[in-house]
Amino acid sequence: MPLTAFPSRVDQPTSPIDLTEDQPLQLAAALALLQQAGRDEPAHDAGSVAYLQQVIDQLVDLSSRDALTGLANRRNFELALAREVDRVARAGESALLLMVDIDHFKLVNDNHGHAVGDLVIKAVGQALSDSVRPMDLVARIGGEEYAVLLPNCPSACGPQVAARLRHQVARSAISLPGGVRLAVTVSVGGAYAPQWVRSTPGIWLQRADLQLYRAKSEGRDRVCFEHNLTPAVSAQERAMLLGDAMTQDSA
Amino acid sequence: MSVPAAPAAAGPQRARITAITSGKGGVGKTFVAANVAAALARAGQRVLVLDADLGLANLDVVLNLSARLTLHDVFTGRCVLDEALQHAPCGFTVLLAGSGLVEYSRLTVDVRDKLLDVISAVQQRFDHVLLDTGAGISDVVLFTISLADEVLIVATPEPTSVTDAYATIKVLATSQPARPIRLLVNQVRKPATGLAVLHQLQQVVDRFVNPALSAPLKLTLLGDVPMDEAVRDAVQRRELLMESLPGSPAAVALSAAAARLLPR
Repeated sequence: MPLTAFPSRVDQPTSPIDLTEDQPLQLAAALALLQQAGRDEPAHDAGSVAYLQQVIDQLVDLSSRDALTGLANRRNFELALAREVDRVARAGESALLLMVDIDHFKLVNDNHGHAVGDLVIKAVGQALSDSVRPMDLVARIGGEEYAVLLPNCPSACGPQVAARLRHQVARSAISLPGGVRLAVTVSVGGAYAPQWVRSTPGIWLQRADLQLYRAKSEGRDRVCFEHNLTPAVSAQERAMLLGDAMTQDSA
Repeated sequence: MSVPAAPAAAGPQRARITAITSGKGGVGKTFVAANVAAALARAGQRVLVLDADLGLANLDVVLNLSARLTLHDVFTGRCVLDEALQHAPCGFTVLLAGSGLVEYSRLTVDVRDKLLDVISAVQQRFDHVLLDTGAGISDVVLFTISLADEVLIVATPEPTSVTDAYATIKVLATSQPARPIRLLVNQVRKPATGLAVLHQLQQVVDRFVNPALSAPLKLTLLGDVPMDEAVRDAVQRRELLMESLPGSPAAVALSAAAARLLPR
């Protein structure tokens, strides 16, 4: 569809919005963006309130999605995460955050090229979306990194969900020219939002990230979860804690 | 009782909230809360100790007060907040939990909202609110602590206490927004033990907790309190140490610690 199919109504007197010279509405640019993203032309009369509303709605939708996968993008994810932190503090519901990263993705790009890399990123995104509930949010938050936000997810279910994601990804191989099948694995790190406690999205993200890092360093293609609230004080920590000073007091 | 009147020129200030917690029980947390409150009151502060150990409250035992009207009565609408505030010795105020609160040992939306209401109401009328939390790291304790401006961890030099204090610090640092965490070491036998415990904890925090934080956690020592026969005597007679034996070494140490809680 040619760009001119979306008429610019900025200077039309019928526009319901009073547009001055100092505040030009970048309608043409907006329409071009929507068109590039494959969106339909607004159905309403050009320049009407309904028309503009539809343009805005489409722009909002566009700016909250990742262009390649159509998943929620990082901006959208951060908003959702902040909302969830508030909800968990308010309602005490158990919510889980999973960080997912494709293992050895650089090798895919190096061996098969970026076009195939893109296909893999899309396939993994699809596999993740296919293995969660409609209320869960799957986002692509970095190159080959995804986040899955699961509201109202009891702690007993977390490992099961994470395992399902991992298996779904492993099953969804993509077909390369020449009939070759290419499958990838993912590492997953999970952390629950502290119930009732007003925390921050940053802390939650950091905790899940730490588990992802652990999954990577323990050999990839696995799921790591944060220990429960009463953290195991490791033998190493205990030894360092109880080194010398404490015993001196009783002497 | 009558609630302390707002000072003439102070304006709408909100009380500083200090959560007092311990990880392990039996280290003198409630004893410290009551005596620090007494010392703060002596320094002219309007102080409230709120018994936030909803499941297993014993502030009334420490202070030898009868829990006529309590937080439980406020929660259930049997009395208004003012009626449940009680005078304690040395001029501070207490809000007891009441034994009926055993049913609140699990946090629900209802309990949470009621506790929030009470805390925002008392914040208007006091300079300092001490939240005497339960021991351990339950959801109630973590929630109570999340309401505070600063956290005071009471520990003894015993290995189990230090380990539990560390576990609490670790959970707080990794699950809640950063806020000052201060340490009070109770029942020490040697003068420098408080500092030694602090350094030991800090060392382990630096090694195992701080690398995962965006801003490193730095613990501070509020003070240490020596082993003192006077404490045992006061506790057995159910008297406030700060009142019955204010010149005892433990009382002097507690006063010094309390002074460090005052706004600078």
